[in-house]
Amino acid sequence: MTENALYGIAAEFEDPGLLVAAVDAVHNRGYRKVEAYTPYPMHEVEEILAPGPERRLPRLVLAGGLLGTLTAWGMQYYIAAIDYPLNIGGRPLNSWPAFIVIMFELTILFASLTAFFGMLFLCGLPLPHHPLFNLSRFALSSKNRFFLCVEAADPLFNVDEVSDLLAGFEPVEVREIYED
Amino acid sequence: MTLEEQQRHARRRPDPDVELPVIGPSQTFSIVTEQISSVPLRRKMPLLWQITFGIGLVLVFILLISATYLFGKGVGIFGIEIPVAWAFAITNFVWWIGIGHAGTLISAFLLLLNQSWRNSINRFAEAMTIFAVACAGMFPLLHLGRPWLFYWILPYPNTMTVQPQFRSPLVWDVFAVSTYATVSVVFWYLGMIPDLAALRDQSTARLKYAFYGVLCWGWRGGSRHWRLHESASLLLAGLATPLVLSVHTVVSFDFTIAILPGWHSTIFPPYFVAGAIYSGFAMVLVLALPIRAVFGLHNLITERHINNCAKLMLATGLILAYAYVIEPFTAWYGGSQFEIYAFHNRAFGPYAWAFWLVIACNVAIPQLLWIPKLRISPRPLFAISMAILYGMWLERYMIIVTSLHRDYVPSAWFNFTATVWDNAVLFGSIGLFITLFALFVRFLPMISMYEVRTLLPFSRPGGGSEK
Repeated sequence: MTENALYGIAAEFEDPGLLVAAVDAVHNRGYRKVEAYTPYPMHEVEEILAPGPERRLPRLVLAGGLLGTLTAWGMQYYIAAIDYPLNIGGRPLNSWPAFIVIMFELTILFASLTAFFGMLFLCGLPLPHHPLFNLSRFALSSKNRFFLCVEAADPLFNVDEVSDLLAGFEPVEVREIYED
Repeated sequence: MTLEEQQRHARRRPDPDVELPVIGPSQTFSIVTEQISSVPLRRKMPLLWQITFGIGLVLVFILLISATYLFGKGVGIFGIEIPVAWAFAITNFVWWIGIGHAGTLISAFLLLLNQSWRNSINRFAEAMTIFAVACAGMFPLLHLGRPWLFYWILPYPNTMTVQPQFRSPLVWDVFAVSTYATVSVVFWYLGMIPDLAALRDQSTARLKYAFYGVLCWGWRGGSRHWRLHESASLLLAGLATPLVLSVHTVVSFDFTIAILPGWHSTIFPPYFVAGAIYSGFAMVLVLALPIRAVFGLHNLITERHINNCAKLMLATGLILAYAYVIEPFTAWYGGSQFEIYAFHNRAFGPYAWAFWLVIACNVAIPQLLWIPKLRISPRPLFAISMAILYGMWLERYMIIVTSLHRDYVPSAWFNFTATVWDNAVLFGSIGLFITLFALFVRFLPMISMYEVRTLLPFSRPGGGSEK
């Protein structure tokens, strides 16, 4: 294993309060390539590691929704007014009030699909394998344990310093994670 | 506090909203995870599940036989005859679509309102939505004279050089229902990704590990991922809430746009939406009560949930009752001879039995829910919910058939009677719903594990660890 590159150092916690304290300490020490893995969303951690509201996804979704509106109107206009015009009692061919329903539906459809695939894209998923999965106890991160990983890619990264720092927060264990 | 106040305090009835907990006592992360994930991963299914699944499969076979016969012989095997060209199939369509609405309401609307009690019932309520929409989507196709040409309703370049008519509510319906189905699936799946990852991590068998591992896209539960996940959930909830209101509105347009007494009414969209949510909550209870008994989930689906669903049912039922009063009032106040006749005929004509059964099931019986004790008693609540489901089906049947069976000229009048094939397809669709739901319970996490974890007292810093 040791000939593989070091990915980072991970600590396992039992108490979410200690995880937050550890994240806070690691962040204060200047580490930025840090990620906490929790069994449920924890705003306390998110506020330290990624402060402020999420802006990228809502913007993508807005763009997706507007694209849906335009697609629906464009499709209906092209079909009803250009490709297959039907004269119904002399009413205008671009009868946009009747097009509103489908414009609304496609707005929702495009925006929803953008939200789903946009989230996966911004998360970098699908990613079938990740160095953390080499840690067998990491399976508990979706059950009842809280993990904190300081990545070796961080410019300040130092194995001993990070290990000592994490050891101060009563972790269940601190382990080095290697890439495959 | 004076003695008198103390006595009054001791005598008062407990308020279930404040005093019933959202989650049972002494739960931990491990207990809820084990309990929920053991059903898809390890547990041998209980006998009642096997019986239910068996009944569902038998009914699905009846559906397949009926559909085959229908495609061979045509819609003449149903009891429909001009002017009653719509009957069971459209009733079933509207009924199933309506049932789906409560699922979206619980998952989207209550999420936006920050109602944490929804966390343990949203997953299977969403599954209910998807399967109900699947059943609903089948009926317009089964009802077509030439169902193999259903794709003609879609806009696509074709050699016939014709295109769909975008001023028709039937085309709107196609877009509304298919959007609703897609968005419901996406929302349901998005919420399930962290739980599928938990099932991957819990599974011991290689095949199950691969199955759930592929389905969860490699989810790791990092805080930046959770942040995006929550953002996406809220965005989808915000999109699904207006969508759910629009879907039954569009369904009601199928009727209101037609100039037919009893259909051509501006009250239809809100009236249909209220009825949809009403029947949906009845279905949520019909599913939740047996599930929590069979799988012993009383710690997660508590009396608080049952009570809240019953209250929402009562509230939407009252909106519906209001619509029942305003509809004939509008007819009378409008003074149209045909409109007045349509409502008089509904209550006293050949389908009077349906009208009075609807009033009994949808207006009278649900008033029992004012009694607090009944709102938390499983058996009576199950019976009331079944009555509402029946009543809501009958309501759509009554609206559709009574408005059609009396055409403007008495020589064109026709009384609809259902054939065995009408009933076979209806019960077959119920079987499809049962089968899909049983499979969902068997293979997927039926309660949202990560959302239930957030309800535990030590999930926040300072609450200590679970040991």
